[in-house]
Amino acid sequence: MIDVSGLNYHLGAARILQDVSLRLDPGGITALIGPNGAGKSSLLHCMAGLNAPTAGRVRIDGLDPFAASGEERARKVALLQQSPVVVSRLQVRELVAFGRWPHHRGRPGPEDAAQVEAALEAFSLQELATRPLDTLSGGQRQRAFIAMTYAQDTPWMLLDEPLNALDPRHARDLMARLHRLSRGTGRSIVIVIHDINAAAGWADRIVAMKDGRVLAEGESATLLTPDTLADVFDTPFEVLSHKGRAVVVAR
Amino acid sequence: MADRCVPWLVLALVVLSVGFLAWHLRAPYGFILELRGTKLAALICVGAATGAATILFQTVAMNRLLTPGIVGFDALFVLLQTLLVVSLGGVGVAQLPGALRFVVEALVLMAAATALFGVLLRRDASDVTRMILTGVVLGVLLRGLASVVQRMMDPSEFAVVQQAMFASFGRVDVGQLVAAALVLLAALGWAMRMAPALDVAGLGRGTARGLGLNHDRVVMISLMLVAAMISVSTALVGPITFLGLLAASLARHLTDTHRHTVLIPAAALIGALILVAGQFVFERLLGSQSALAVVVELFGGLLFLWLVLRKGKR
Repeated sequence: MIDVSGLNYHLGAARILQDVSLRLDPGGITALIGPNGAGKSSLLHCMAGLNAPTAGRVRIDGLDPFAASGEERARKVALLQQSPVVVSRLQVRELVAFGRWPHHRGRPGPEDAAQVEAALEAFSLQELATRPLDTLSGGQRQRAFIAMTYAQDTPWMLLDEPLNALDPRHARDLMARLHRLSRGTGRSIVIVIHDINAAAGWADRIVAMKDGRVLAEGESATLLTPDTLADVFDTPFEVLSHKGRAVVVAR
Repeated sequence: MADRCVPWLVLALVVLSVGFLAWHLRAPYGFILELRGTKLAALICVGAATGAATILFQTVAMNRLLTPGIVGFDALFVLLQTLLVVSLGGVGVAQLPGALRFVVEALVLMAAATALFGVLLRRDASDVTRMILTGVVLGVLLRGLASVVQRMMDPSEFAVVQQAMFASFGRVDVGQLVAAALVLLAALGWAMRMAPALDVAGLGRGTARGLGLNHDRVVMISLMLVAAMISVSTALVGPITFLGLLAASLARHLTDTHRHTVLIPAAALIGALILVAGQFVFERLLGSQSALAVVVELFGGLLFLWLVLRKGKR
């Protein structure tokens, strides 16, 4: 379980997160939604133990990520950055292999190699394994970075806007893949997402944020109401139903 | 392919070194071999240190166009020489014990680098860019100061300073060389030990920290190693700003890898090869004594421009 309580995070005078308390049970996909500047990415970084909070506490399955060693933390939670650096000449397999760093610290063994191959397979990257990252499309590159996060083999995967730069087909493909992984491997996935329909379609839980606070949280079916969405985004929404799924339309 | 590169570079350096020592060797063999051996060792030490330091610097700065010289090492060295000549006079400087001068210069350069890296990064270790920009501004300031002092100097004394403004391998003392080699070997060994962590650091601070790496510590240690390598090699022979850029760019091009276990030795060997080959051509084939550093700066500068323009086109 990720347990966040009384979390405040300030950057200089700016209050990025204010008194955030949240409990995420393991398993499934949790989507963090909210307008730009709501504090979604900052919360994700605090949960990953990378942004030290001004006040409050974070526990990941009982572990204090700010007191634990870097490797200990990185074996518990993996984080995909919003805009990771693309190292030229770095091949896809080499990038994915970096996911094993917290486990081997520079001395990879056979198990690490097996995990890397499993991650390549899980994200259909075998054919691209020897391609340099800077020769890939945005979508392929994004998959490679998520595969690296997957190879980290952590109970929690935190993905900051994984659908960035993906067209609808690739976005759907990625969400379906993450959904399968969360079901098949029992990994808990938390994603920051702007596409509310993707959140409605694939997430088990939604946390809605605004102005550094959690405004609402709950199951997708119950949380996505016109009133809640209007409160979160300050714009009117219509929520339709299509084949049992909520379809959100901004009016 | 990347791994195979290093043994070939070692072989090339061995062949070139033998050629450097044995070309047109005449009696008295012992005396000439000692002279040539000292010069060869200095060339290898400085080339290797500059190449390896540049790879480390580029990795932590996340920029392949930079050399450690950009943060003002060279400017500080020139200012030091200028102040020495102004305060002691050209003759006084010439009478200074070589070992003392080397140690003091290396320590001052290291202290300045430690102050720059330590003070600026202690508050915010993620802000390498600010540290580099501060270094560039300090470099300009120090160059300006040196230039003001040089304008007031006697022309004959200015000639002494001018000699020190470009690297020269003809004035290396064996004692200094041994001390420098020990420092450089220790720094290179440490850099090689850190090589896998440097690979992770190359992914950027955010990703590296997410993978559990203490990125700020790796950056700080790398910069200290850079400071040690550049300070010692500059104090030994003088400044060569663009040699590192040449060596690091060629190493990346030849090895085609991001792995520092390959990149560091490759850049070190290429740095040494450039200097030994250059000195061999100028000294043995063309009979010139002092053109090497100038030519290295010229080609390094041209490469820098080409890299900047190529990046701009992309």
